[in-house]
Amino acid sequence: MNDTAMALRITPAGVSSAPVSTKVAIDIRDLDFYYGKAHALKDVSMAIPAGSVTAIIGPSGCGKSTLLRTINRIFELYPDQYAAGSIAIDGRNVLDRRYPLSELRRRVGMVFQKPTPFPSSIRANVAFALSYYERFSKSELNDRIEDALRQAALWDEVKDKLNQSALSLSGGQQQRLCIARTLAVRPEIILLDEPTSALDPISTAKLEELIHELRERFTIVIVTHNMQQAARVSQRTAFFHLGELVEFGKTSDIFTNPREQRTKDYITGRFG
Amino acid sequence: MQQSREHTLKAFDEDLDRLRALISQMGGLAEHAIGEAMRCLVQRDVEGAQRVVADDKKLDVLEIETERRAVQLIALRAPMASDLRDVVAALKISGVVERIGDYAKNIAKRVPQLENVGKIEPLSLLPEMARIATGMVHDVLDAFLERDAQAAVQVCERDDAVDDFYDSIFRTLLTHMMENPQSIGPSAHLLFVAKNLERVGDHATNIAEMVYYAATGEHMTDRPGKSGS
Repeated sequence: MNDTAMALRITPAGVSSAPVSTKVAIDIRDLDFYYGKAHALKDVSMAIPAGSVTAIIGPSGCGKSTLLRTINRIFELYPDQYAAGSIAIDGRNVLDRRYPLSELRRRVGMVFQKPTPFPSSIRANVAFALSYYERFSKSELNDRIEDALRQAALWDEVKDKLNQSALSLSGGQQQRLCIARTLAVRPEIILLDEPTSALDPISTAKLEELIHELRERFTIVIVTHNMQQAARVSQRTAFFHLGELVEFGKTSDIFTNPREQRTKDYITGRFG
Repeated sequence: MQQSREHTLKAFDEDLDRLRALISQMGGLAEHAIGEAMRCLVQRDVEGAQRVVADDKKLDVLEIETERRAVQLIALRAPMASDLRDVVAALKISGVVERIGDYAKNIAKRVPQLENVGKIEPLSLLPEMARIATGMVHDVLDAFLERDAQAAVQVCERDDAVDDFYDSIFRTLLTHMMENPQSIGPSAHLLFVAKNLERVGDHATNIAEMVYYAATGEHMTDRPGKSGS
């Protein structure tokens, strides 16, 4: 697969602004997704660039969360849900059943709308993910836990209470713990599904700062209802409507000069 | 480029409409001020000219009000895309229109200096030049209200006529001054009046460029088939 292909590709309706030549982290082609008979994603093609933040915006039911669920194959847990087309990571189609799910989970981490810490200690929350994939010596494990918590900008707040229950943390801290848990296994791609919708503004700002710090080392895809957040944290933005990718381009272009009428209507608050 | 529909949040439309109304009001005042200043100049109406100078304060107040509302709108409504471009354009246009008002004031201030001066040829050309320049201001602000990029382009094209008037008046006044050295004082004043009107045309052109960007998201110089404005 062509890793250095144009990083912005677009469905026929949309227009991409000056394409940038950069490494493609997730190469989605001709993707269709069905919940039973409901056609939730329609012929979506987009090349998500590596080492940057891509925001997915659109009204409820537009398919943005479905796209994330498809990228890491969570949908397979449910009957009657299936995807057609391809999603290539490093040139291999992860939708192919032969692609090992454990490898996909290690390479692609996901954080959900509401914090989902395990009902165990802070340390155990991070250690669990690590132990799932590899065996570590105690000191290695401690190093990896500290490293993950530091990357998630949580270390200073929890270093003295690693054995306390994760449920004792605030919502914002719990969400950063979930990110630490994701980062611990050193993924390449992080999928964030409305990660701040349950957080207060200060926790939201901390999480956005974290996303900003992580953006060059990881490929981050964030689904958000908050357009200001998309504008603040992402370098590229994709607008979905009724399962179609309407427009995908540089965030600065999408929010100052979108090409498609539906994008214009949505981001200026004219959607009827 | 027309907006397809109203905002889901009606108050947003009301705020944008109020901002546009302010620009419209400022444009009307500036246009009237130039027209009045020119009438006073031609009719040697010193009292009228004093009113033009005094009325300029209204434009200053409206400019401040426009800025206040634009900043408030950005803070409270977080406008995006064409809305954002409109608000930024309104903010910039209000500054330019205020400047046009200053030119009217400047012309009006020269009226007492010319009160007892006899006929100098450019005095018959200046009102026509002023008519074209204020027409440009009028039309470009209409283009802003209508989000009409094409009308903005047409306004720019009319600036050449204003520049031609200026060149012609400049040459005429220069000749007049050489032939009548005793009239150098009033002629110099008329030269400044012509320069002020020429600047009004330039400012209308600047507004046209802002309107074009607000309406299309593209800069006028980048439009197809155009290498520079």
